[in-house]
Amino acid sequence: MNVGIKIDHAVKIYKGFTAIHDLSLDIKPGEFFTLLGPSGCGKTTLLRMIAGFNSIEGGKFYFGDRLINDLDPSKRNIGMVFQNYAIFPHLTVRKNVAFGLQNRKMSKEQIQAQTDKFLKLMKIDEYADRMPEQLSGGQQQRVALARALAIEPDVLLMDEPLSNLDAKLRVEMREAIKEIQNSLGITTVYVTHDQEEAMAVSDRIAVMNKGDIQQIGTPKALYQRPENLFVATFIGRTNVINSKIYKDASGVGIVTDEGEKVPVAALIPELVEDGQEVVVSIRPEEFVIDQNNTKGISATVVYSTFLGLNTHYFCDLDNGQRVEIIQESKIDDIIQNGTKLKLDIKTEKINIYTKDGSKALVK
Amino acid sequence: MTRKLKKFDFWVVASIVVLALYILFMLYPMLKVLIQSFVDSETGKFSLMHFQKFFSQPYYFGTLLNSFKVAVASAFFALLIGIPLAYFYNVYRIRGAKTLQMLIILSSMSAPFLGAYSWILLLGRSGVITKFLEGLLGITMPSIYGFKGIVLVLVSKLYPLVFLYVSGAIKNIDSSLLEASANMGRTGLKRFFTVVIPLCMPSILAAALMVFMRALADFGTPMMIGEGYMTFPVIIYTSYVGEVGTDHNFASAVSIIAVVITLIVFLAQSYATKKTTFSMSAMHHIERKEAKTLPSILMHIYSYGVVAVSIFPQIYLIYLSFRKTSSNGNAFKPGFSLDSYKYVFENMGSSIWNTIRICGGALILIIIMAILISYLVVRRNNAINRVIDTMSMIPYIIPGAVIGIALILAFNNPKFPLVGTAWILIISMCIRRIPYTIRSSVAILGQIPMSIDEASESLGAGKLKTLIKVTIPMMLNGIFSGAVMSWVTLITELSSSLLLYTFRTMTLNIAVYVMVAKGSDGRACAMATILTLFTVITLLIFNKFSKDGEIMM
Repeated sequence: MNVGIKIDHAVKIYKGFTAIHDLSLDIKPGEFFTLLGPSGCGKTTLLRMIAGFNSIEGGKFYFGDRLINDLDPSKRNIGMVFQNYAIFPHLTVRKNVAFGLQNRKMSKEQIQAQTDKFLKLMKIDEYADRMPEQLSGGQQQRVALARALAIEPDVLLMDEPLSNLDAKLRVEMREAIKEIQNSLGITTVYVTHDQEEAMAVSDRIAVMNKGDIQQIGTPKALYQRPENLFVATFIGRTNVINSKIYKDASGVGIVTDEGEKVPVAALIPELVEDGQEVVVSIRPEEFVIDQNNTKGISATVVYSTFLGLNTHYFCDLDNGQRVEIIQESKIDDIIQNGTKLKLDIKTEKINIYTKDGSKALVK
Repeated sequence: MTRKLKKFDFWVVASIVVLALYILFMLYPMLKVLIQSFVDSETGKFSLMHFQKFFSQPYYFGTLLNSFKVAVASAFFALLIGIPLAYFYNVYRIRGAKTLQMLIILSSMSAPFLGAYSWILLLGRSGVITKFLEGLLGITMPSIYGFKGIVLVLVSKLYPLVFLYVSGAIKNIDSSLLEASANMGRTGLKRFFTVVIPLCMPSILAAALMVFMRALADFGTPMMIGEGYMTFPVIIYTSYVGEVGTDHNFASAVSIIAVVITLIVFLAQSYATKKTTFSMSAMHHIERKEAKTLPSILMHIYSYGVVAVSIFPQIYLIYLSFRKTSSNGNAFKPGFSLDSYKYVFENMGSSIWNTIRICGGALILIIIMAILISYLVVRRNNAINRVIDTMSMIPYIIPGAVIGIALILAFNNPKFPLVGTAWILIISMCIRRIPYTIRSSVAILGQIPMSIDEASESLGAGKLKTLIKVTIPMMLNGIFSGAVMSWVTLITELSSSLLLYTFRTMTLNIAVYVMVAKGSDGRACAMATILTLFTVITLLIFNKFSKDGEIMM
C-alpha cells in the first residue's frame, strides 16, 4: 500500500503521431494527484499507460522502486474507475465488488468480509443483491469505486469518473471520493477536464496541453500564480490585456492605455525592461469598480448578470476590448448599462507574462 | 522502444489456428475448384474450354440469365410484400401481433424445396386446388411450373427476411422524427415514402441482398418446380452428379463463374449501402397506435393474408403426413393413419439422430468460432485479424453447391479422407453459416465497451479468465438468438449437404428430399412434419429464454 509513482521521460506514439513527447512526473505516496487538461491533451493516454492498457513507446514507469513497463495490467495491483463505470451488467452488485477478490487466493469468508466492508464504506450495502441496471448513475459510480477499492490496490486510477453524473450528484460524489481517499490514504491519479472538480479534490494538479505538462502545483498555486498564459486562461476565468512595462527610479509596473503608471510589486525587476510589451492576466474579481471615477482604467458597462452571491459586469474598455468584472452583490441597485466608470486593479494578485505568454514575470 | 515483443498469448494462438482452419477448409478447396475449372477434362492440360462451352452455348449461358431473373424478381416481390408488412406491424396496432410474428418467422424456417413440393401438391398438374377448380368451376389454373413457381416459392420463403430487417430499422427510428415530419405537414403515404423508407434504406438494401443471394444460390426450388427452367445451381449439380455424363471440370468452371457474379453483386450492394448509411438510435421508440377502422381492417387482411398464404403449404404437408397411404407410401388414400410416421421411425430413425449429431456438432463449432473470430476482429485489430475478418466473409458469396464441390475436390483423397464422413457435412455447414453468425457476434461485441474488459483485467483477471467470466456471459443473449437462427438454417441446409451426404450421414432434410424425389409422398410429409416440429420447438425455447425476443438472421 501507499506507493509513489515515478514517470521518467515517457513517450507515447499513436500510429506515427506523438501524443506524449517527453513527460516526467513524480507522484508522492498517498497523494491525490490530478491530470487536468482540455480533451486531446494526453491525460487519459497517460493514465492508461500507468494502468497498462496503452503501450509505452519510451521512458520508464515505476510504482515505488518497481519498474512496471512490461507488467501485465492484471498484475499491477491497480484499482481503476472508468468513465462509463464498466460495471459487469451480468453480475449483481456484490459479485461485481467481489470480482477482483476472487482472482486472488482468498477464502470465501475473507472475500465475503472484504466485500461487505467496502459495500458499507460506499453505502451501497442495501443494494448488494441487485443487478446494476436497477441502480441510478450515482449508485453505479459507488459500485465501481467499491469494486476498485476492495482489492486494496497500490494505486487508484480514475478516468473522468464523474462526467456522466448530473451537476448536483457530481458535487456530492466528489466530496465522497475525497473523503474516502483521505481515510484510506491511497495514492490516487485522477483524470478530468473540469478544473473546478480538480481543484475540489486534489492535493496537486498537473495541467496538461498537447501532450506536455504545463505546470504542476497545488490548486492555490495554479489559480493564483499560473506559470504561463495557457494555465492562467484554462484554470478559472481571466481577462487578458496587452500592456507595457515601465521600469524607472520609482520602481516597476505596467502602463495603461491612458498612460497611467500602475506599480506592480510582484514583478521581478531582473526579468523586465522599460518599454517591454507584455500580456497581463486580470481575473474578474481582481478588478475593483470605482464609481466615483477617480483612478484606474476607463470603461463603460455593457450589460450585467446577477447571480446571487456575485454580480458580473461586462464592460468595454476605451480601446474596445470587452472585460468581465465580478463584484459581490450589493443591496444597492445594479449599475445601469451605459454607465461610465473606472476600474482599479488589485495589483498584488494579477499575473504578467512575456508577449508570447510562455513565461511568468511575477514572483 | 523499451517494450519487449508481445508474449505468445492465447489470442495470438487463436489467430493462427483460425487462419490455418480457413486456409485448409476454405481457401485450399476453392483453389482446387479454380484449378479444375481450367483443366481439360480429357487431356488434363490447361484449357479454357469449359468457359468457352458455358458462354458459347445458350443452353448454359441462359441459366445465368434465368438465375438472375429469378433472384431479381424474388428480391423485388419480397421487398414489395415485406416492407409494408413491417411498417404495419411496427407502427400500427395489429391484433395478435406476437402470434403473427411467430408465424412469419416460422414460414421462413423450412427448406425452400419443401415449399416448392407443397405448392406442387396444391397447384401442380394434379394438385388438389387445380383439380378442384377444374372439376367444379371449369377454370384452368395457369401453370405453377417454371419461373412463376420458383419466384412464388422463394418469395413466400424470403419475405420474412425483409420483414425482420426492416422491423429492426423501424425500431431504431425515433418517434420524434415522425412527429417532426407531421409537424411540418407531412403524414400518411407521403411520410412513408419520404421519411420512413429513406431512414430504413440501409436495412432494405441489406435485406434485398440477402434475398437476392439466397434466391440466386437456391438449388432445391428450381430443381423441384422449375422443370425446364434451369438455373445455374441446377447446372452445377447436374453436371457434377448428373445421370448423363458427369463433368467435374465443367461444374468447377460454372462454380467459378457463379462466385464471380455473386461477388460483383455483393460489392455493388456494399457500395450502395455505404452511400446511404448513417447511424440511428432511438431514444423514444415508435409506439404502435390504433389505425382508423377501415385502414385497420385492410391492414389486418393484408398481414394475415400474407402469412396465411406463406404458411399454408407447410400446414398442408402436416395434414398429408397423417393421411393413409398405399403400402409403398406413394399415393394418398382416404382416411387417416400414422403409418407414414411408423415407417419413418422404423426405417429412417437414423436420419433424426444424424440431424441432431451433425447439425448440433456444427452449431457448437460455429458458436465457438464466432466468439473467437468476433473477439479477434473487434478487440485485437491487427493485420492477421483483418485478413481473418475478410476471409470470414468469403463464404457469404459462395453458393452452397460450390462449397460442396470444393470440399469433395479437396478431401476426396487418401491422405485426408473426409468425404463420406459426418465431418465433411459439419465442415460445410460451418463454412456456410459462419459469416452470418460472425456478423451478429461482431455487432454484439461492438456494443460492449472495451472498458469492461479493462476493468476485469485491472481487477487481476487474466485474458482467458476475462473472456470466460465477463465477455462471453455478456454476449450470451445475443449469441443465443443467433444460435437459434443458425440451428434452423442448419437443419434445413440442402445445397451443399446433398452433394456430401452418404447413406450413413443422411439428415432429415436430405431424407425428405430423397423421399420426394422417389415419389414417396406420405413418408416425405411425415419427415417434413418432424422437421417442422424441430423448428417450432427451437422457436419456443427461444421465446422462453430470450430477453427481448429479437431474432438475428
